[in-house]
Amino acid sequence: MTAALTALPTAFEAVKVDYAAVGPMLVVVAAALIGVLVEAFAPRLLRHTIQVVLTLTALVVAFVVLVLVSVDHHGVTVGGSIVIDGPALFMQGSLLIFAVLGILTMSERFGGRSADAFTPMGAATPGSPAEAAADRAGYATSEAFPLTMFAVFGMLMFVSANDLITMFVALEVLSLPLYVLTGLARRRRLLSQEASLKYFLLGAFSSAFFLFGAALLYGYAGSSDLSKIASAITTANGDLEGLLLPGVVLTLVGLLFKIGAVPFHSWTPDAYQGAPSPVTGFMAAATKLAAFGAILRLAYVGLEASRLEWRLGVAAIAVLTMVVGAVLSVTQTDIKRLLAYSSVAHAGFILVGVLAFDRTGVSGVMFYLVAYGLATIAAFAIVALVRSGGSEATHLSQWAGLGRKHPVLAGIFALLLLAFAGIPLTSGFTAKFAAFAPAIAHGGLAGVVMVVVGVLASAVTAFVYFRLIVLMYFTEPTGDDVAALTPSIASTIAITVGALGTVILGIVPGPILDLAGRVSQFIQ
Amino acid sequence: MNSLALLAAEGEVASATGITAYAWLLVLLPLAGAGLLLLGGKATNAWGHLLATALSWASFVVGLLVLLAMVGRGHEERAAHVGGWNFIPAGQFQLETGLLVDQLSIAFVLLITFVGSLIHVYSIGYMAHDPNRRKFFAYLNLFVASMLLLVLADSYLLLFVGWEGVGLASYLLIGFWNHNPAYATAANKAFFVNRVGDVGMSIAIMLMFATFGSVDFATVHAGAAEAGSTTMTVLGLLLLVGACAKSAQFPLQSWLGDAMAGPTPVSALIHAATMVTAGVYLVVRSHSIFDAAPNAQLAVAIVGAITLLYGAIVGCAKDDIKKALAASTMSQIGYMMLAAGLGPVGYAFAIFHLITHGFFKAGMFLGAGSVMHGMKDRVDMRGFGGLSGFMKITWVTFGLGWLAILGVPPFSGFWSKDKIIEAAFIGEGWRPWVFGGIAMIGAGITAFYMSRLFFMTFHGKKRWVDEHEDAERGVHPHESPLTMTVPMMVLAVGSGLLGLVLSWGGMFTHWLEPVVGAHGEEHPVLAVPVIMALTLLLVAGGAAYAWMLYWRDEVAVVAPRGSLVTQAARADLYQDAINEGLFMRPGTHLTRALVFTDGKGVDGVAGSLAAMIGGASSRLRRVQTGYARSYALTMLTGVVAVLGALWVMN
Repeated sequence: MTAALTALPTAFEAVKVDYAAVGPMLVVVAAALIGVLVEAFAPRLLRHTIQVVLTLTALVVAFVVLVLVSVDHHGVTVGGSIVIDGPALFMQGSLLIFAVLGILTMSERFGGRSADAFTPMGAATPGSPAEAAADRAGYATSEAFPLTMFAVFGMLMFVSANDLITMFVALEVLSLPLYVLTGLARRRRLLSQEASLKYFLLGAFSSAFFLFGAALLYGYAGSSDLSKIASAITTANGDLEGLLLPGVVLTLVGLLFKIGAVPFHSWTPDAYQGAPSPVTGFMAAATKLAAFGAILRLAYVGLEASRLEWRLGVAAIAVLTMVVGAVLSVTQTDIKRLLAYSSVAHAGFILVGVLAFDRTGVSGVMFYLVAYGLATIAAFAIVALVRSGGSEATHLSQWAGLGRKHPVLAGIFALLLLAFAGIPLTSGFTAKFAAFAPAIAHGGLAGVVMVVVGVLASAVTAFVYFRLIVLMYFTEPTGDDVAALTPSIASTIAITVGALGTVILGIVPGPILDLAGRVSQFIQ
Repeated sequence: MNSLALLAAEGEVASATGITAYAWLLVLLPLAGAGLLLLGGKATNAWGHLLATALSWASFVVGLLVLLAMVGRGHEERAAHVGGWNFIPAGQFQLETGLLVDQLSIAFVLLITFVGSLIHVYSIGYMAHDPNRRKFFAYLNLFVASMLLLVLADSYLLLFVGWEGVGLASYLLIGFWNHNPAYATAANKAFFVNRVGDVGMSIAIMLMFATFGSVDFATVHAGAAEAGSTTMTVLGLLLLVGACAKSAQFPLQSWLGDAMAGPTPVSALIHAATMVTAGVYLVVRSHSIFDAAPNAQLAVAIVGAITLLYGAIVGCAKDDIKKALAASTMSQIGYMMLAAGLGPVGYAFAIFHLITHGFFKAGMFLGAGSVMHGMKDRVDMRGFGGLSGFMKITWVTFGLGWLAILGVPPFSGFWSKDKIIEAAFIGEGWRPWVFGGIAMIGAGITAFYMSRLFFMTFHGKKRWVDEHEDAERGVHPHESPLTMTVPMMVLAVGSGLLGLVLSWGGMFTHWLEPVVGAHGEEHPVLAVPVIMALTLLLVAGGAAYAWMLYWRDEVAVVAPRGSLVTQAARADLYQDAINEGLFMRPGTHLTRALVFTDGKGVDGVAGSLAAMIGGASSRLRRVQTGYARSYALTMLTGVVAVLGALWVMN
């Protein structure tokens, strides 16, 4: 305790901020704040348009700033709480791209006045007269856009957080807007609100684990700084050794919750099913990437020296995640829940790459996240299009024969499913290869076992995706009035980018893999 | 590439020059055809099938030119490496891919493009009235392109791409008439069994990458001798799993019979001549691995021997003409696997038999298609009989194929199959007697069931009703149009003469020597003339027995109940039940979700809903109660478990 006290600075000093390095985050958070003002002051009819233009512009500007300016500003900044290095930049860039695609899908109106996915009035009781009135009046939940921007801000910070406190703040900043967004679905409001509440409760539970773990690590190392924790582990004096393992496990649990690793995955199917589909797509792609970014940094920068103590535990979680995700996806009858369990299984596959503890593992994981994210956003954008009587047709039986009515749409969906299954010449194959090869090369026996389980699990999931393809193409339509709406240009762009990315990363993965390989070094 | 470039510098595999440098056209031409037909939509309906056929022939011409260029080079300089496409160029993963044109791959190229093109031609007639003809030809082209990629790949990774490609095309073509649910089910079964093989292949590729740092043939083969024998054995067994699934070998053979649901030209091309032989190709191509792992090699031979007998026994009881031919294909590929498992003495004969088999079996399948064409698509041979007078060309061409598969001199099968039987008798200890004995007995059974098939269809008394007598159930057998019979005639010439031509002075084995390695002069445990005489005796016996039962005597129109053995054979020797037992042994329902050989699984798939009730999945699913409190409890349990386990371990 005295050591910590003496470490305090004698006089208060303003921290130095490298504004160029954190520029993308500033742009995003500024846009989010302006978005709040727009909600307050802009006329109702214009809000949707203003918000969409504002958020997209801000995201593009942030990306440009990132590519042109921040890349030359590597280093630790904001008083040591933010670090901008290769992995951080790569993941921030990917997050911004996911955000653009996510906003594009969220802005889908199908010719109406407001975003189709969101309820006109989030606060109204489902089915109440107030809700109906709001609908008639043409209200819109355009605050979804600033909320998304806050979440993006939190994610950008999450992947570049250099100490546990910043990491926790970022975790909350990204989570809270997502809890709200989950509850904003226009249709099946009760399901959506239930999902939102569950997600919130369990999220709070996991945050508590993280915070407790962070406190234990602080107690152990005398600092919440990742690099200081690392040096404390290597120069361990033995007194507080008992704090290390629980600290490590509990912080990791907080992060594993976000990626949906088993047994911390129970929220995933409910939240994925209840949330508006475009939000689900964004959440699945971006949250997973951000959380893996944090896990990578925590594991590779902060805790690597003690990895022998906890690695097997996480390896067991990875195996469990792959198996449970794959097996449970078999019995799902709802397309969104199916994709949720598939996302659980993918989290397990990615964890295999994380546990390689090698630079190639970092690049493999980052590549996997990009490939998976692009495919996922496009997949959920397509889910949002398939309707029966106005609301989404999510039951698998309703997808029967879709390939006959909408060959192009079903074809793209089939492509995405093949990518999820890891069939060669799609991004899924190269991604699995990039994540699994380092695990075999550097992961020892545990790595080999994980990869074997991974390959078996992906064979099981291949069955699931394949069954869906069979259903779309080879089964008679059920006679339900299921039809796909014609997407607007925004959704079309998002779906096209996702599908093209899936093909390109499958056929010429070189440039992106190369990039990921070059920027895979963390700054300690 | 690095390693290949290195080898090129040493003069082992030179970079291609001249026409060989354009070998990528082989793959690209049919691929372009598939693309055009699929993307071109209805605009290509009128001429799409002609374009597809032309492109397939064009690919054959390129293959022929490449062969001529190859013959022009010296014996040792014939292999050439074409181009390099850096698939994954990043950092540590250097995955350069290119084409390897050598004696082995060019033999396959010619088989695939020649038989493939003939089957394109045949399909013009066979599929003339199908509304989806364009798609059919697009898939055929896609198949040819993938198969060519498979045999031309210079690395296991690119081979795997082709491997998946042929699987996809096969799946699309088996389920082509998917309006019939049973056909879609068959397609699914093929897909899932193949996934089991793919798991083996994927792990093998990863293991190679970990062991050798590369997955191209040159590096892997160069390193195979030095790597540990355990690794090599594991690698060999994994490749064998892949080969078994693709080539319908025991215990992954269950899908082939069902795959006969596809259009007959597909059965001829994919499930007789080319794709199903990919497993044999894989084993022969990986000969360095198997040479370094005697146990894996023995496993190959055992698998081959078991399948050889299995297919032959099942073939004796099948009344469906296509399923009988499918069983025979399985058995013949068993011969090839057996040969490949014998090591250097057998590799060349495995490929030789593969080539001749490609001709005579494709010819017989096309013949079966022609019979079905004339008999209102019926397949039950008990309803045929005495067709020789009505379909002369089909009868003669089929007859040549029949003589070839029996191994009657001087027809093709005699030259290739007898060599395998002789090679199986080479060795020490129990092996030559067991393998040689099985191969020889197999030849006798083959003679019986193939003669049975031939006599039941073309000879004996007619067991069908003429159309004049009964318009409803009657048939009007007639010869097929020329587009169908000409390919049959060409293949029949191959069935007759190819074996003799290729074995003239050991030409073909000598041709393959630089690839598979030479072997010293070895003598079978029995004298060659004795083996040959015994084999011919067994063949004659089998054929005579079939003649007694199915030509001389009356054949029942409804299959008699038969003995227990017959019943078992009719039920594919209970392969589904056996498979289930084999894969269920781990006691998990998880594997069941993988294998899907049991009818329930497959029906569930086709039944459009997730119907794997009773499996682990639905049991696990109950944990997902929907209550936030139980979710939180799960999380807490997880934390406590992980923490507790780690605490104990440390």
